Amino acid sequence: MILNSFTILAIYLSILFILCLYRAYKGPSAADRVVSINVISTKVTIVIALIAAITGQDSFMDVAIIYAMMGFITTIAVSKYIEKKKLF
Amino acid sequence: MLKEYVIFFLLISSGFFFSVGTVGLLRMPDTFTRMHATTKSDTLGAGLALLALMIYRGLDVITLKLIFILVFVWITTPTAAHIMAKATYNQNRDEGETK
Repeated sequence: MILNSFTILAIYLSILFILCLYRAYKGPSAADRVVSINVISTKVTIVIALIAAITGQDSFMDVAIIYAMMGFITTIAVSKYIEKKKLF
Repeated sequence: MLKEYVIFFLLISSGFFFSVGTVGLLRMPDTFTRMHATTKSDTLGAGLALLALMIYRGLDVITLKLIFILVFVWITTPTAAHIMAKATYNQNRDEGETK
C-alpha cells in the first residue's frame, strides 16, 4: 500500500518533468533554462530516492546523493558562464 | 496504521508543493518570479518527500543518507537560486535592460 503510493508520486513527478521541459524548450533567456534544469534535477533526486525505497536496493541512495551534487555544480557552472561569458 | 496515514499526508503535501512550483515555472511572467516560485516550493516538496521516506525506513543507515540529502538540498537550492539571480541581474544590467 505504501509502496504503491511511492510509485504514484514517482509517476506524478515524471509527468511534472515534461512540463518543466516545456519551459526549458520555450524559455526566452538562458536563465529560464537554467532554472528549469535546476528544478528537474531536484525532482530527479527525489524520484531516485523513491525508486530506492520501491525496489529495496539501498545502493540507489548513493546515486541520489551524487545526482544532487551534480545538479548543484551544473547550476553554478552555467550561471558563471552567463555572468562572465567564460568559465575559467 | 498511524504511520501509514502520516506517510500518505506527507506524500500528498509533497506532490501539491511540487505542482505549485511547476505551475509557477510555467505561468510566471519574468525570470526572477519564476526563480522565486520554484525555489521555495521545490525545497519544501523535497523535504516532505524525504521526510516520508525517513518515516518509512525508521532508524537505519539509509536514514542518515536521507538526512544528508535533505540538508544538502536545503543548503544548495537557495544558494543556486541566489547565484542564478545575481548572474541574470548583472547580465541584464550590462545589456541596459530594466527587466
